Parts: sequence; structure tokens; C-alpha cells
Amino acid sequence: MGVDWTEHVQRISEYGDEAAFAELFHYFGPRIKAFLMRGGTDSTLAEECVQDVMATVWHKAKQFDPSRASVSTWIYTIARNRRIDIQRKQRRPEPEELDRRYKEAASQEELIEFQQDCAKLGEALKSLPKAQLEMIERAYFGEMSHNEISEVTGLPLGTIKSRIRLALERLRHQIK
Amino acid sequence: MTVMPTTHCLPDKVAMAYAAGTLPEALSIVVASHLSMCDESRASVEGFDAVGGALLNSIEPVRLESDDNLLISTLALIRGGPIREQPAPKESESLLPIPLQEYVGTDIAAVPWKSVGLGVEQVVVKTCGPATVRLLKVPAGVAVPEHGHEGLEMTLVLQGALIDHPSTLQRGDISIVDQHCTHLPIADISSNCICLTATEGALRFKSLSSKLAQVFRRI
Repeated sequence: MGVDWTEHVQRISEYGDEAAFAELFHYFGPRIKAFLMRGGTDSTLAEECVQDVMATVWHKAKQFDPSRASVSTWIYTIARNRRIDIQRKQRRPEPEELDRRYKEAASQEELIEFQQDCAKLGEALKSLPKAQLEMIERAYFGEMSHNEISEVTGLPLGTIKSRIRLALERLRHQIK
Repeated sequence: MTVMPTTHCLPDKVAMAYAAGTLPEALSIVVASHLSMCDESRASVEGFDAVGGALLNSIEPVRLESDDNLLISTLALIRGGPIREQPAPKESESLLPIPLQEYVGTDIAAVPWKSVGLGVEQVVVKTCGPATVRLLKVPAGVAVPEHGHEGLEMTLVLQGALIDHPSTLQRGDISIVDQHCTHLPIADISSNCICLTATEGALRFKSLSSKLAQVFRRI
């Protein structure tokens, strides 16, 4: 499994740590570029977008919630929104942000278990039948319309969803 | 994508399509508005976001042509602005969810309602892409005007309730049907209903008066 990048984002959010940012950049930059090029963006524009996406990672570091997403997932959502913007010239409506300022932190153990679940999801994806993995990749890389998406089975999403559900519940109680 | 009539929460395929970023803007507004009111669906979508994260992690990287220069220029960019503080909670105080407010403003009374006959009013929300979304105000006991649609049709209740036999949709509940499904949701008799409806394809009411007559006979 890959590195857990949570600490890097926390170093950015707490200390504005440029060394942590550079490491994230070297790992995710070429992946964001690959992701955008799969969707049909040319190399030059893809690199411009890498810059935008990574700048957003810096500016929004405090909004990253490790009890609801891995760093790869969070960066994926930023890159996806950028892709919708450049390829379809459409806005991306997002649900209202939840207030995390007074959040009671999830325990270290829970966070580690969540990150492990996300890593397991990566493994499970690789072991899917080829046709199914291809369908998922084409959907996420912007190569098919939503009408072509078919039912996905065999992904261990249940535990991930229930952990996120729990994290959301905690946030809701903080707000009240 | 064939979607059976569902109510209340998002079916997996729609959650995945939203997470993958393939839904047209008009449908995404309905989904984002629903997610603001339903944590069950939000957890589902964030679960499907994790699939995107795993794919980003395992994708074959493409070398940046000017790796160090790009990092340097990105650093120059971020030094221009501070790390943002946590935004203040933007809990919606009107009955319009935040993602919808970004399109129509905060005040439901101030939106430019237009009559479409028999007491039903609507306002079309301006979006790009091959789908249409509009707010509908339907008097108590009256049917939501039916219209042709080629793909998905999503309805989110914002005020009152909709009877969509055999279930009842309350505020925050979403109903998603595809083109194969004919249904006739009716505003609950106890109050006027405001809902957000998105459809794929052209926006055209189909024999409104005959549909309404049909409903009145039933009530």
C-alpha cells in the first residue's frame, strides 16, 4: 500500500510547511496530470491544472477531514472539480460544508483503521474482473456518460461508508 | 443506466455518477441539495469519492515536463495568499439548501415564479449541459405536471410533502426515476409543496390539463 499522507497535509495546515507540500507535489502532481490526460486534456493544460489543484490543496488544507477521506480521495475530488470546469465548462454544485471548527477529533486508532480501509479498497479494485475495473476507470476518468454506468459489485464500500456516517454524526452533534 | 424508482436516499449508481463527476450540472444541483440534507446519502457519495482516490493512487503517473519549475511556480502562487481558515458554518436559514442558493439566492419569495397554469408555478434555474432543473410550487392536492424526459428525472422535496404512490416524500427526500417509469406524484393535501425537479432532455409539459383532470378525479 502507499504512504499515508495525512501528516503532510496537517503539517501544511498547521505550519505552512513547504517541504511537506513539495513531497505531496512530487507524488500527486504526475498522477493528477495522468488523470486529466485520460479525460482528454492535453499535456500543457494538464500541467497548468496540476498547479491550480495543488495550490487549492495548500489553501484548503484546514478543510481536509481525515475521518472522512484519505488524502488521495480529497485530492481526487479537487482534481475532478477542476476537470468538470475545463472539459465541460460547467459548475460543480457541492453540498454545504459542515463546520469542523469545534470538532471532537476521532481517535488515532479510528483514523488508522479508516486509512487501512481505504487502502483495502485500492487492493479490491485491482482484483476486480478486468471489464468491471475498466468500466469504473472510464467513469471516473471522464470517458463515459452517467447513463453508461452500470451496477458495481465486489467493492468493500460498506465499512468505509459506515465510518464516514459516524464521522458525519459527530460533526452534526458539534454544530448543535 | 437503468434506475428503478427509488425514494429518500441516493441509489448507488447515481452516487457513483456524482462522485465520478459525470452528472450534468442540473442533476448535480439536485444531488448536492439532497446531500446537504441527508447524511446517509452524503456518506454514500463520499464512499464513492474514495473509489476515485484509490484510482488516482494507482494510475500510471505521467512525468511533469518541468517538474521543479512547476513546483517553484506553484510555491510562488501559494505564497501570494494565506492558508484559509475554516469557513464559518453556512447553515441554510431559508428552506433553500446552500448549493441551490448559489443559483437562485436565499429568498424563496424573491425568485421570479412564473405560472404554468392551474395554480402551479415554476422557475427554471440557469445551468449548462443537457439537462434542466427547475423549482416547482404545487398547490396542496395537485399533481406535479408531467413532462417528457429522455433519461433520469430527479425530484427533491423542499417544503410540504409529495405522495408518490406507494411512498410519501418529505423535505429532504429524493425520488429518482428513469424514462421507463411513469409516475404521478401529488402534493400532499395538507400544504403547498415546493420541490426541485431535474430532467434530462428537453423541458416540455405533456397535456397538463388532462393530467390534472385525471388527478382531480382521483382525489
